[in-house]
Amino acid sequence: MSKRVALEGKLPVGAIDTRASGWWAMIFVVFTEASLFAYLLFSYYYLAVQPHLPGTFPEGGTPDLALSLPNTIILLLSSAAVAWAQFNIEHNQKWRLVLGLGVAALLGIVFLVVQYFEWAAKSFTLASTSYSSLYFVVTGFHMAHVVVGVLMLIALTLWSAMGYFNRFRYAHIHIGALYWHFVDAVWLAVFFTFYITPLLGLKA
Amino acid sequence: MLPSVCVAKAVAASSAPLNYLTSFGAKADATRPLTWGVTLISLAVIIIITLLVAGAIWRRPGLAPMAPGARIDVGPESGGLSWLWIGVGISSLVLLLSIVWTVSVLAEISRPGVKPALTIEVTGKQWWWQVRYLSDDPSRIFATANEIHIPTGQPVLFKLVGGDVIHSFWVPALAGKTDTIPGQTNETWLEAREPGIYRGQCTEYCGLEHAHMSLVVIAQSPSDFAAWEAHQIQSPAMPVGQAATGMSDFNMHCGSCHAVRGTAAAGILGPDLSHLMQRTTIAAGTLPNDPGHLAQWISDPQGIKPGALMQKPELSGQEFAAINAYLRTLQ
Amino acid sequence: MTATDYERAPTVAIEDRNSALAEKLQALWETEPGFIGWLSTVDHKEIGIRYIVTAFAFLIAGGIEALVFRLQLAWPDRHLLGPEQYDQLFSTHGMTMIFLYAGPVLSGFSNYLWPLLLGARDMALPRLNALSYWIYLCAGIFLYAAFAIGFGPNDGWFNYVPYAARAYNGGPNIDFYSLGMILLGISTTVGSINFIVTFLRMRAPGMSINRVPILAWGTLTASAANIFAIPAVSLAFFLLWMDRNAGTHFFDVPSGGQPLLWQHLFWMFGHPWVYAIVLPAMGMVSDGLPVFCRRPLVGYTAVALGTVATMILGFGVWVHHMFATGLPSVSLSFFSAASIIIAVPSAIGVFAWIATIWLGRPVFTTAFLFFASFIVLFVIGGVSGYMTGSLPVDWQLTDTYFVVAHLHYVLIGINVFPVVGATYFWFPKFTGRMLDERMGRWNFWTMFVGFNLGFFPMHISGLLGMPRRIYTYADGMGWDWLNLITTVGSFVFAVGVLIFIVNVVVSYRRGRVAGDNPWDAPTLEWATTSPPPPYNFVVIPTVASRHPLWEDRLGEKSESQPHAGLVLDHGREAVGTDPLDAEPDIILKMPSDTLAPLALAIATTFVFVGLLGHWWWMVAVAAIATGAAIVVWLWPRPELGETAEARNV
Repeated sequence: MSKRVALEGKLPVGAIDTRASGWWAMIFVVFTEASLFAYLLFSYYYLAVQPHLPGTFPEGGTPDLALSLPNTIILLLSSAAVAWAQFNIEHNQKWRLVLGLGVAALLGIVFLVVQYFEWAAKSFTLASTSYSSLYFVVTGFHMAHVVVGVLMLIALTLWSAMGYFNRFRYAHIHIGALYWHFVDAVWLAVFFTFYITPLLGLKA
Repeated sequence: MLPSVCVAKAVAASSAPLNYLTSFGAKADATRPLTWGVTLISLAVIIIITLLVAGAIWRRPGLAPMAPGARIDVGPESGGLSWLWIGVGISSLVLLLSIVWTVSVLAEISRPGVKPALTIEVTGKQWWWQVRYLSDDPSRIFATANEIHIPTGQPVLFKLVGGDVIHSFWVPALAGKTDTIPGQTNETWLEAREPGIYRGQCTEYCGLEHAHMSLVVIAQSPSDFAAWEAHQIQSPAMPVGQAATGMSDFNMHCGSCHAVRGTAAAGILGPDLSHLMQRTTIAAGTLPNDPGHLAQWISDPQGIKPGALMQKPELSGQEFAAINAYLRTLQ
Repeated sequence: MTATDYERAPTVAIEDRNSALAEKLQALWETEPGFIGWLSTVDHKEIGIRYIVTAFAFLIAGGIEALVFRLQLAWPDRHLLGPEQYDQLFSTHGMTMIFLYAGPVLSGFSNYLWPLLLGARDMALPRLNALSYWIYLCAGIFLYAAFAIGFGPNDGWFNYVPYAARAYNGGPNIDFYSLGMILLGISTTVGSINFIVTFLRMRAPGMSINRVPILAWGTLTASAANIFAIPAVSLAFFLLWMDRNAGTHFFDVPSGGQPLLWQHLFWMFGHPWVYAIVLPAMGMVSDGLPVFCRRPLVGYTAVALGTVATMILGFGVWVHHMFATGLPSVSLSFFSAASIIIAVPSAIGVFAWIATIWLGRPVFTTAFLFFASFIVLFVIGGVSGYMTGSLPVDWQLTDTYFVVAHLHYVLIGINVFPVVGATYFWFPKFTGRMLDERMGRWNFWTMFVGFNLGFFPMHISGLLGMPRRIYTYADGMGWDWLNLITTVGSFVFAVGVLIFIVNVVVSYRRGRVAGDNPWDAPTLEWATTSPPPPYNFVVIPTVASRHPLWEDRLGEKSESQPHAGLVLDHGREAVGTDPLDAEPDIILKMPSDTLAPLALAIATTFVFVGLLGHWWWMVAVAAIATGAAIVVWLWPRPELGETAEARNV
């Protein structure tokens, strides 16, 4: 019979806040995906400083802010909704959690729709020039991340409504929120690169 | 046929024509001591470390391999850090000195001593070298292929143009290599000390016949070079007899890819053949340039260089003989 | 619910392998028997063995490819292979060795060993672990399918544009390579995430960060590098696939693209990758060699920091693969200097190993032979790298056989030799049996002599100007005898590898029984049985030094408790500890066997198959299946402690 010695000191059990393995995993998912966008934007800047015929980089002139700026605000608001949801689950407010996540998902869908219209209005296609290739591929990668994020937010909304989480066990929420905030932050870098740097003089 | 060249000077390189442990020009001359230096330092490091490892292993009698479950003495954790301090310290010193030497050689070879008087444009193509001698006077610009002549004792500027995929221009006896990359023009310079034949080869994997993309740089005294250049600028003499028939056959079957100065053949997809017979090799250094090999090449390029962009020409026996006769007049 | 509903104070007990506790743990942790169990296991030991076996299978394939083209190159102007065949063989050889052998074999050893070395029950993310293996296997099959149908990669492992573009390479070869590499990158990335989280969160109580085995430092460093580096190459291949299939213009010049963009993206990954495939192996030597010198490693802290420093510097040297591309000399000089200075942290390791042998008492086992000879091979590979780091010298050396010599000394010398040595060292732990020592001697000497005979002459043929990647060469270049010797040496080396495999196969059944600790070694993996039970340790060890099993003989107070500690038996459980001091801060619920990783790997692979063939319906269906598999996998489960329900706390 094994000798058992009792130990003082309780330990939490399960996926508890930032001690959950999934949380740490998501941190490094964010690092690797951030690196991906760093290399995408490196490609943009590398090609931008090469010689181009005037007016071809950006093609069709500096891209319009009319849709992209409001869209940026929409994405920032969705992050705020997620942050509000996180605050609420820490205070055991289940339905506010559900509301926050749901609103964030909806705003994410609005972002996608607006960007679709922006894409459709472009005078160039994927295969026009190096600039057009960059535009669609970089914003396309971001869109793909938003799609994944929206699906994730829908799942979280569903699971929250089903009552899975409370103020002690909600690791999924924090992990998903981290991903969503990352997607938002990356958009700021993409937005700056494509829409602001030509205004600052980086153009052919 | 061959220009008057002091071939003996190339003897040192001829047993290993692409070696760079010997050098025959300013850039390679400056690099060679550094190459030998880092080689000897490396050999010394290998010998020292091997002796240290061997000494460490055999300085005391070893222990027999333990039977599973046996317990053998264990030495203390302390000690030995002086090995790191000394070893890493000496290594760092040698490395820093190497960096200083590297940078000083780099400064010496990045620009020639005087502004080059001659500029040659080389375009890397699958799988041959297009060569154009540039000049401010348009009538003095001429094209050739795979064999480059330069005057001794002065730097020559090379503009390296990317033709299709990436190739790399390398004549080790004279200088290190520089790539030809589409979308940019790289520059290098070569200077040969004395007359000789210096071999080169493409050194960036470029497809099927990367192995057969050589070139030759022939350095001549300035007067010999001037004579060669003047001859290259002239169109070849008009052929007569069978060779004249050969010329019209050539223009019809070969002229869409190849050019001969002063004739109707003006193709740019393949090497310029104006003074073909002056060259020491054909097919980018693959074959010696003599009538037998020339005929062999024309009759079956794919057999010699499978994948080469020259397809087997569809020629009757008469046309084949006539074209060969014509080409032999392109002195 | 209150906080206490989700807490418990675990009991502490002394290890008893015959107790009811041990039986209970066995039932909780063992893999289900049968085929379904084999497909659904998340046991790091099984996954580790699979990685090693699969990687060795690729090593043999890559080796045979090399032997065939060495026959072609044995003498000038041979006609055994035409250029197309040669180009596919050398490209597939490089891809196989660098991506399908060198990284995965180290992942395999690390996967098996880490939880045991760190005193844990499993890796932090067992299902992710299984996923990384299955995707690796699928990617390897995907890539080799190309070769099998005659469309293997043919532009080298480095795949430069424009030759890789559709205009010059019209077949599907490069599409196979591009998509297969992106798929493989997913495996490597999730595997790296697992290692990092495990290092930070799964160490035994008391295993503070300065008590972690060097193998863990090596793999951690490589994994962190992969996180930042792999996206570069995945992106490069994706952009190339887009240029080839969607008409984009990232690399073609007329529409504003740049060939050098490929080289930058590729080498920003490629250089860190070559450190990622040697640093864990160096760690294995740092952990194994001291056992056969009967004293702890000299300069542990310096070696650990040197490992990290090498990797960080490794991100700053990638342009040395592009020295001949015509970039401005000023920027090239910076990279030249960095490429020379990076030898300094490597020197730390070399002198630490020599000092350990010098101050210790060598035990002449086969493992020792491999670990000791590795030091010399490491230095030979290192100095040839130093030579190519000097910019003017590199302008002569680059793209010649000198670089081929260098890369084989560093890859075979710093990866293969340590891996074989590590096999002799840890095979008893994996299987419970010793490898045969006499066969081991033959193994070592044929590999050592064959390797040096094969590859040392390449330094010389390189200095004599022999270019790389040529399918034949003329006579009279001074290379004839060197190539013949190289070919002979490579076959001798292959015999050595064969002896190794025979030794493994024979000893698996008939080797001498090993027991827990046949080498009288100091670290935690030797505190449990050989092979270990599925749950690794009956009770979780606590650690107070780098060498828990040697403490009594080192005159240290015996504070580590390899055989006493926390009882964790309310289901599959492990203890999570804080990253610096490894104090317990949570009891983690670990997942049981599941088919979700395999399903996800297959679904993801079919996305890529669909992309390859432009079968968009397949892409759509597979993408939906991928999403479904992820949702099922991540569904909150009470038994994993992910929901409000306090089950089995």
